[in-house]
Amino acid sequence: MNKVRLLEFTYLFCLKILSLLVPVLSEKRPFIGFMVASEKALKKPLFGCQMCGQCILHYTGMVCPMGCPKNLRNGPCGGVRSDGNCEIKPNMNCTWVRAWDNSTQMMVFTESIEEIQTELDHSLSGTSAWINELGGGK
Amino acid sequence: MTNKHASNLAQRLETGLFTVTAEVTLPDSIEKEALASRAHILEPYCDAINITDSTGAVPHFSNIAAASILIENNIEPIIQFSCRDRNRIATQADVIGAHAMGVRNIFCVTGDGVQTGDHPEAKAVFDLDSVTLLTTINHLKTTGKFLSGRELDSKPDFFLGAAVNPFVPPFEQRALRLLKKHRAGASFFQSQYCFDISRFESFLLLLLELTNGSPPPVLVGVGPLRSARFARWLTENVPGVAIPDHIINQIEKYPEKEQKKAGIEACVKIVEGVKNLTGVAGIHIMAHDWESSVSEIVEATGLTKTGRNN
Repeated sequence: MNKVRLLEFTYLFCLKILSLLVPVLSEKRPFIGFMVASEKALKKPLFGCQMCGQCILHYTGMVCPMGCPKNLRNGPCGGVRSDGNCEIKPNMNCTWVRAWDNSTQMMVFTESIEEIQTELDHSLSGTSAWINELGGGK
Repeated sequence: MTNKHASNLAQRLETGLFTVTAEVTLPDSIEKEALASRAHILEPYCDAINITDSTGAVPHFSNIAAASILIENNIEPIIQFSCRDRNRIATQADVIGAHAMGVRNIFCVTGDGVQTGDHPEAKAVFDLDSVTLLTTINHLKTTGKFLSGRELDSKPDFFLGAAVNPFVPPFEQRALRLLKKHRAGASFFQSQYCFDISRFESFLLLLLELTNGSPPPVLVGVGPLRSARFARWLTENVPGVAIPDHIINQIEKYPEKEQKKAGIEACVKIVEGVKNLTGVAGIHIMAHDWESSVSEIVEATGLTKTGRNN
């Protein structure tokens, strides 16, 4: 299995487990602390996570859109260089070129990249994305 | 609400009339007249004029002030809003203020990064992206409410546009991205400079296929290169502009004095190559700091107001 599919599979697996746990535990402080710490510990090295608290990795080919220097969450800007690198950081691959390539390799979420993402809620910064998604709370 | 300021651009594009827009270079001036005189050179040849929003991350004349000056001069503006300098509070405040001044056409772009301009030490905002900028303004338009839910006294009558750049990667995604912006509220599109007709054609074919032959109106961005040196500067310094070498070489063949003419000829050739393609609603001329070239391009391609309305 390639890396993108493995990450997608892991996401689906976590979703299964956490959709059972989070609704029950989302108010418990130790659980919140555990989730924030483990998201930081795992997603930072894997995706360069910035703890925006509104994870959309599975919509974007398992590439974190917050890695885009303009924090674009709905697709590439028009400034991508001919070699597919970033306008702002010429030595970095455009986040969205990678997201697009990866999304075509996904099993379930290939077309999710076309969905409109709403504007980021900055008040959720530093909180657990899983709890925000499954526990219904700020 | 009065219809005094109803968008003529919207009317033309909705009725399928070939449309010509142009970008005015915003002067580094503190006088109204400096802008008005430039706009008056363009006005006889185009249906509406784009006002940029500190393009290239270089501060220029305020877009809202510039649009108001155009309106005072009976010229219809298309006002560009970028996400670089305003958060969602400033954006909403500015667009409704612009509406009060008579602005109807709003063109939503992401905006160049601050590193591109002459104030690279500035803080870039990017609170919204071009799609959420569209959804935000479209929300004001369709509900008459701010994002918070607070109500305006009536619904603003905006005609929203967005940018498309089929000339840079990821090429296969550009048509889908246009359609995402269309779903987000954009009713018309202007493209980045087109110097590569075959690339544009492949993009258009995909767009036509995805929309069963009825895409939203797309105006092809074109512009004259005043010299080979300028062309190189443009490719190296303006994000998203891709000029194939053969075009630059063609201009470079001429001595420097004649390169301006060669640049106009190259632009005319591009316009001739795209104007009759299915799915092309018009052209958008970006003649940076060279307003006088617009009349030549429009006349040479038979796209004067009388020419294109017949």
